[in-house]
Amino acid sequence: MNVLVYLVPMALGLGLAGLFGFLWALKSGQYSDIEGAALRVLSDDDLEGDPSSSVPGERNRSSR
Amino acid sequence: MSDALDLSLYAKPDQDGTVGVDLAIEGITCAACINRIEGAVRQLPGIKDVRLNYTNRRLHVAWEEGAPAPAQILPALESQGYHGHPFVPQRAEQEEAEEARKLTRCLGVAGFAAMNVMLLSVSVWSGNVTDITPETRDFFHWASALIALPAAAYAGRPFFASAWRALKARTTNMDVPISIGVTLALGMSLVETANHAEEAYFDSALMLLFFLLVGRTLDHAMRRRTRAVAGNLAALRADTAHRFVGDEIVSVPVSVLKPDDRLLVRAGERVPADGVVMSGSSEIDDSLITGETLRRKVAAGAIVYAGSMNYAGALTLKVTAAGGNALIDDIEKLLDKAASAKSKAMRLADRAARIYAPVVHLTAALTCAGWLLAGASTHDAVITAIAVLIITCPCALALAVPAVQVVASGALFRANVMLNAGDAIERLAEVDTVVFDKTGTLTLPEPRVANAASLDPALLQQAARLALSSRHPLAMALAREATARVPYEGATEEPGRGVRVMIDGIEARLGSAEFCGVASGEQKAALVPAFAGANGEGISHIYFSYGSKVAAVAIAQQLRPDAVEVVTALRERGLDLRILSGDRSEAVAPVAAALGIAQWQGALKPADKIAVIEELKGQGRRVLMVGDGLNDAPSLAAAHVSLSPISAADLTQAQADAVFLGERLQPVLDTLTVSRRARRLMTENLWLAVLYNVIAVPIAIAGLVTPLIAALAMSGSSLLVTVNALRGGKRA
Repeated sequence: MNVLVYLVPMALGLGLAGLFGFLWALKSGQYSDIEGAALRVLSDDDLEGDPSSSVPGERNRSSR
Repeated sequence: MSDALDLSLYAKPDQDGTVGVDLAIEGITCAACINRIEGAVRQLPGIKDVRLNYTNRRLHVAWEEGAPAPAQILPALESQGYHGHPFVPQRAEQEEAEEARKLTRCLGVAGFAAMNVMLLSVSVWSGNVTDITPETRDFFHWASALIALPAAAYAGRPFFASAWRALKARTTNMDVPISIGVTLALGMSLVETANHAEEAYFDSALMLLFFLLVGRTLDHAMRRRTRAVAGNLAALRADTAHRFVGDEIVSVPVSVLKPDDRLLVRAGERVPADGVVMSGSSEIDDSLITGETLRRKVAAGAIVYAGSMNYAGALTLKVTAAGGNALIDDIEKLLDKAASAKSKAMRLADRAARIYAPVVHLTAALTCAGWLLAGASTHDAVITAIAVLIITCPCALALAVPAVQVVASGALFRANVMLNAGDAIERLAEVDTVVFDKTGTLTLPEPRVANAASLDPALLQQAARLALSSRHPLAMALAREATARVPYEGATEEPGRGVRVMIDGIEARLGSAEFCGVASGEQKAALVPAFAGANGEGISHIYFSYGSKVAAVAIAQQLRPDAVEVVTALRERGLDLRILSGDRSEAVAPVAAALGIAQWQGALKPADKIAVIEELKGQGRRVLMVGDGLNDAPSLAAAHVSLSPISAADLTQAQADAVFLGERLQPVLDTLTVSRRARRLMTENLWLAVLYNVIAVPIAIAGLVTPLIAALAMSGSSLLVTVNALRGGKRA
């Protein structure tokens, strides 16, 4: 059972990594606009190499 | 308005050397709005950051100091069809945001710790019935302790702090038994671990904290959501003032006005600050202040109050010192008194806690004594007593009320009611008497066309469409009737007289009687009686002529469209209904008659209203006050619980326990329905928690509780009350 001496601290470390990930996300404001985040993923005007992507509003308007 | 609002007056420095402003945005309907709004603002010069928060409909814009952008932001939004309103976050809201972050951090810590400890605990439980070695078990227990102790110290702070505050004030609340339970569970587990025992309760303590934090975080999030909507609406209404700088007029937010500033108030605008009229004459509608619907004539030297509507002409005001206003001073004095006299209604959960804590602690002490008498060792007796405390630790009890609260405030939110006070639901459920204010509460906040039925529909439509071109309050009331929302082209307004335009080659005029060619008294009399029931009180007429056709449109305060049904429904529930109004008795009588409310009083001053409410309270009644006027603010504070329409004066809104949206009175009925149902569910939940204890405590006293049983029982009872609470989410 000596393997536990490694496994338990590893599990603990992974748990802590998850916790710090959550705290970081919270701190960087990722929980402040939950509905918006769900909708932003649908917009495609952050595509690389799109010449008009520097002016998202313009493109968006012309495309509708 | 031609003079654009300068946003830089609202700007606050951000961390990275830019300045930023928060705007409440009107008109967001779909996901595409995010890109359109952010895109429109981002292309302005000097803009550093644009971020729309879709959840609370607010836009944060940051720009470099000195960039020309701020003046262009609002026009850029307008061009896309959105209206932005500078939003100054209230301190209470900022504090709540900080509190929410703290709770979520605690929740995260408790959640991750509970998961990891549970992992170890399950291994121990299964090992205990198979072949775990004592060394491995000790190792697992110490690892659990390593996780649980710091996590509980961090995540338990909200409970420990609140329990400490209660104990210092020599009372108890639900957090006291929670804190004792958690501390004892952790302490005993530590001692048992040191003694190489088979069982420890680290997981129970953390699970308990986790469940409770879920309840609190949800409760908090719901309250913040309603607060955010109310805050946005306040920003939408927040008035700007036209201040003279030399001879020029600049739009500034009301918050930066100082005494002795000179202001211009045009017809159709609300007076932005208390002041003395320097020049100009007009009619002022004080109904939002006093409830009085008869307009007051003002000229140079007259005093006007913030929130009054300027009807007729442009006024130049000098802002008076904040403390120099007799009316506001009186109201604030009354308010202080009423608010301090308000009996702090004891919350249901705290009342339960006050009975619960001594009973539980006594049971634990008796258990210990009983086992000692029965000849058990001191160690076993103490362990059993602590097990009783752990299993009775009021997880279900502490969730019983908040869970219902979350679900009920969600239901109220959908019914357009927003709660200001955390315990409003419990107090609303007890109401047996409802006191209404008249102006703006039973009636619509804005006047409406009263004789639409007796007018030629085509003529009325023309008049309404022409009215779109005027800023006069009567015209604005008429404009609401317009089905086509496009103003006529080429309409010209003659200040103080009316508007005119050519329609199909024939001139149409809207305005005063003389302006429309109704000069003689007989002509007027022939037009006016067309409105049945006109007693001349509080009714104004606006005239419309189209060629030879002439009509008089009556504009009057009207009852909310569903007022009669709602009042009837309230009466059917056995509620005692009354009207207390600051308006003249002649204006109150017809409203009371139409609604069938027998007990009404008019011409009441704020102090009189309080006196009546105190008298009702003295008879042991629980009074719900529904009002919107500044003069209602003290009575709202004095009543057991209070409700305001969102159109109310700021001070009034701040005093109300809940505010409602829209022009229907239905939310009043919904509020009472939902709160009564919530109250019933809360009581049910408390009994469920008691039932759980009745079953669990004998097992604990018998010394049969293992950590596995404790974990199952606690989670089971928490789930049970939560599921029961969800029944409160139906629409009212």
